[in-house]
Amino acid sequence: MHEMGIVKGILDAAEETARRSSATRINEVHVRIGDLTEIVDEALHFAFEALSPGTLAEGATLVVERVAPRSKCAACDATFSHGRFDAVCPECGGFVCELLEGRELAIDCIDIDLPGDETPEEPA
Amino acid sequence: MKVDVSKPILDRNERLAAENRELFAEHDVFVLDVLASPGAGKTSTILATIAALRDRYSIAVIEGDIASSVDAEKIKAHGVPAVQINTGGACHLESDMIRRAVDTLDLGAIDLLIIENVGNLVCPTDFDLGEHAKVMILSVPEGHDKPYKYPNIFARAEAVILNKYDTLPVFDFDEEEFRSVVTSLNAAAPVFPISATKGNGVEAWAAWLTGRIEAMREGAA
Repeated sequence: MHEMGIVKGILDAAEETARRSSATRINEVHVRIGDLTEIVDEALHFAFEALSPGTLAEGATLVVERVAPRSKCAACDATFSHGRFDAVCPECGGFVCELLEGRELAIDCIDIDLPGDETPEEPA
Repeated sequence: MKVDVSKPILDRNERLAAENRELFAEHDVFVLDVLASPGAGKTSTILATIAALRDRYSIAVIEGDIASSVDAEKIKAHGVPAVQINTGGACHLESDMIRRAVDTLDLGAIDLLIIENVGNLVCPTDFDLGEHAKVMILSVPEGHDKPYKYPNIFARAEAVILNKYDTLPVFDFDEEEFRSVVTSLNAAAPVFPISATKGNGVEAWAAWLTGRIEAMREGAA
């Protein structure tokens, strides 16, 4: 969909945090993406490669953690995991559910080098 | 060294959406975000909605398109304030665009603000604009199998409008299957068959929207 805009958001937040820590470079950016968003991993990596040069995250690895949908049944309070579009309670068959996880679009953490950090990039 | 960030990626959009929501609440404006593919009849449905509700509510429209102001002109020709946003290629509207458009409107004089999003069944679903409800329009010629192909938008809409219902006899559209897939994706969403340009079926849709607006007002009061 709009992975370019998403990656712009990722880079802005990563650089802001890195600058606050006086980092010299960003080695890894960890993001959590819910399966219910319309984000495609390949397009995300492509956009990251295209937009990161010239930023502190140039050459950094984008690590994507996918979050599977989980919901809570409104009828019987059971919580359960499900696919993208089949939220049906396995306990009572109810399909009025409150989504607990699955729509994440979040930056978890970054791995950075600080001034004087001469250690080469660690393997992921 | 690992440093915690813990921030939404669309942080900026979400913060601005929350600001929009506060602004709308301050002025008691109900905001409807209308999603559909190009040609499904978004503008015609908005015009039919205006015709049904203009005696009861003061209405304004924000039109989102990649280019041109033809839609805003159509709305204005009916004596309703309209602001055109040109995204210049972007496939969806974002909160800051809505804010800039809203700043040109007199919110104090508006009860219902209708946002016509860019014609697209994918991107607009992930962007909160500060609206009270997202609704989607599918037109009969697009086919009853669309919910299989674009499930997310059907799952997120509060109501589904089935437009161009008068063309049902000439298209191979299985209404029963369509309704059953929509229900499996989104049990709570009502389906309103309408023919926007003829005005058929608009009463039920307008009654639902009125119910939502009044519920917001009671909540605000």
